[in-house]
Amino acid sequence: MEYLIDFVTARYNYWIVIVLMMTGLYTVFARGNLVKKIVGLNLFQTSVFIFYITIGKIFGGTAPIYIGGELDHGGGHGDGHEAAGHDAGHGEPHVGAHDASGHGSDHADPSHSDIHTTVGGDKIDNAALHEGLGDKDFNSLSNALNNTHAGDETSSLHSVEGIALDGLPVGKISNDALASAKSAGEGHGGVAFQHGDGHGDSHAGGHGNEHADGVDSVVHAITDAAHHGEAVIYSNPLPHVLILTAIVVGVATTAVGLALAVRIREAYGTIEEDELEAIDNVAEFGDDAEQATGAA
Amino acid sequence: MNFADQLAVLPVIIPLTLAPITLLLPKGRAPHLFATIVSWLTFAACIGLAMQVSQQGVVSYAIGGWAPPLGIEYRIDLANALVLLLVSGLAAVVFPFAYRSVQLEIDERQSSYFYGALLICLTGLLGVAITGDAFNVFVFLEISSLSTYALIAMGARRDRRALTAAFNYLVMGTIGATFFVIGIGLLYQATGTLNMADLHDRLAGQSNRVVEAGFAFILVGVALKLAMFPMHLWLPNAYTYAPSAVSAFIAATATKVAVYVLIRFLFTVFGFEFSFLGAAFTWVLLPLGLVGMFLASIVAVFQEDVKRMLAYSSVAQIGYMLLGLSFATVEGVTASLVHVVNHGLMKGALFMAVACVVLRAGSHSIYAFEGLAKRMPLTTWAFILAGLSLIGVPLTVGFVSKWYLLNAAFEAGYWYASFLIVASSLIALVYIGRVVEFMVLREPPTEGKYVIAKRDAPLSMLIPMWILIAANIYFGVRTELTGDLARRAAEALMMTAGGA
Repeated sequence: MEYLIDFVTARYNYWIVIVLMMTGLYTVFARGNLVKKIVGLNLFQTSVFIFYITIGKIFGGTAPIYIGGELDHGGGHGDGHEAAGHDAGHGEPHVGAHDASGHGSDHADPSHSDIHTTVGGDKIDNAALHEGLGDKDFNSLSNALNNTHAGDETSSLHSVEGIALDGLPVGKISNDALASAKSAGEGHGGVAFQHGDGHGDSHAGGHGNEHADGVDSVVHAITDAAHHGEAVIYSNPLPHVLILTAIVVGVATTAVGLALAVRIREAYGTIEEDELEAIDNVAEFGDDAEQATGAA
Repeated sequence: MNFADQLAVLPVIIPLTLAPITLLLPKGRAPHLFATIVSWLTFAACIGLAMQVSQQGVVSYAIGGWAPPLGIEYRIDLANALVLLLVSGLAAVVFPFAYRSVQLEIDERQSSYFYGALLICLTGLLGVAITGDAFNVFVFLEISSLSTYALIAMGARRDRRALTAAFNYLVMGTIGATFFVIGIGLLYQATGTLNMADLHDRLAGQSNRVVEAGFAFILVGVALKLAMFPMHLWLPNAYTYAPSAVSAFIAATATKVAVYVLIRFLFTVFGFEFSFLGAAFTWVLLPLGLVGMFLASIVAVFQEDVKRMLAYSSVAQIGYMLLGLSFATVEGVTASLVHVVNHGLMKGALFMAVACVVLRAGSHSIYAFEGLAKRMPLTTWAFILAGLSLIGVPLTVGFVSKWYLLNAAFEAGYWYASFLIVASSLIALVYIGRVVEFMVLREPPTEGKYVIAKRDAPLSMLIPMWILIAANIYFGVRTELTGDLARRAAEALMMTAGGA
């Protein structure tokens, strides 16, 4: 019995999905009223929304929205943000590598902090890399990269080691870091966010050309190369995006369905399915059908 | 970034972006002309794309430049190209055809909405055929379905039953689409990807409950959309009460595209390694295909309404396609693909002939066809030729389809299936013959509501219709294009599926 309760409660979200789904389907089939049918259809679709959200949920994970404090970039890093804006329109939330700590004021030159990773020649990811003045940590949500290719901008990565003021843990971004994050992503099949090991051991400092060699690899996951004391876990955003699309489709379907119900009401004067059928029968077969239904 | 690189996205972009413009045009002739030109442009893009595919093999296009496994990929191989050609080709013929028919059957104030919705429907169908992303299929399927619901409901001006037909289709279609999306969700849960090629790689060797449930949901969902036999109940009413031009377009394309989706998922996404596939072929597609072939044909014989008769015949023809698939051989899939195209050609022509009759006689009841050979000879002959094609008389595409199908049945060892194919073709002879008897052997009515003057359909309808009839005969004589293309496509599909 205890096992059974565990079995049910541990998967309560799936049970909600199934109950909603069956309720919805039953309503669609059992109810004669057209509007009630639409209601049933909506319940049915809602169960699918919940199902998709269930897929995307990761235990202990927060919403796939970048945690506030980490976006605290100094003015010097505006460049990185603009570049991230370039990514808008991509299907996946996709954040450049951000410095987890606000070192903004430490940077005089915005160009210090860009790594442009390119996919197939198109720039898709801009890791705004914050040089942490010696010690730097970085927390990046790397997008899946094909052929990560740190461009010339990387060469402007100046390591200003030794000027660290806040002694954060060292975590320099490097191609190695991306590569390791990627391989972690591949292994996992992209179901969830990865917490790639972001400890790059190569020296970003000062010699961007070191990064100019592209890393050829395909990442199936959005890689969270978080490395900032504690790892931040995000839920998988993709199912949410998918279900947003499905919600739009559901709303459109409901709208068309209700519009049809209104038109049916105008044309027939009723929205009860059996009455509609009777009216059609009378129209097609005349009085015989009327007598037949009357007798029935 | 030259033109040829962008060709892969044009068949969707052209109608999608231009459809809203149709709404802004003044009522009357303009929306129709505009939509016709758009459909021709789309057809041209599809031809270009098909040539590209036939030259360089698979064309892959990453939408927005996002690399495939993660971004949405348009992936066009020969199977897609064939379906794209069919859909856009029929659109290019039906759009010019539609004008007079729509003028009669649809309120003029709605004409711009009508053509806009028709273009959106075209977009959806082409999108389903072109995309290589599983979720994208769902989105495009719903784009085409939603516009189809609206288009069918526009038949309400002539017959209010169009409204209930559209409503029932909406309910069934939405359930089907939702099942499909549940299936996609389960596959995503099992693999973490939505790209079809990637899904195939990642599903390899996976045969757990999640994948099996996903397979079942997808199969049922698509089967609802393609009107597989016991799930076909939405189809007859929808085809019967839709405006004639809409019937011609969706009967020729919508279910065919759904068949393509089924082929794509069974072979490209799942493949023979997946243990359920064989069972699905033997215990679901084969028997239901056979039963559908027969029952729907027999029901068609007793219909008083020619459009409804053709609709039931469509359900039966879907049976042939499923039968071809269920053999799970190169020959079977070839037969299925060939029949997808050929059935599109013949059903398009038949529904167009009915649209011509509706224009003159004002009804699609079989009594409106009485003595039609003396009143509308060109339409009558178009109907007869397309009907012969449906039956499968040599020198028509119908014969080619049946030939491939019989061949496949013998090669796969289903000898009883080949008898049944021939037998159900004979039933087709009965229901087509019945209409032909009304048209040719009976005298035109001298009184009653179906009395019409001797006047054939206008040229704007006759020319597109006869183009389709010509295609029916041309591709029936020269099978290189459809047959060979379908065979190469089937070979590629079977290769990915890991079959012989």
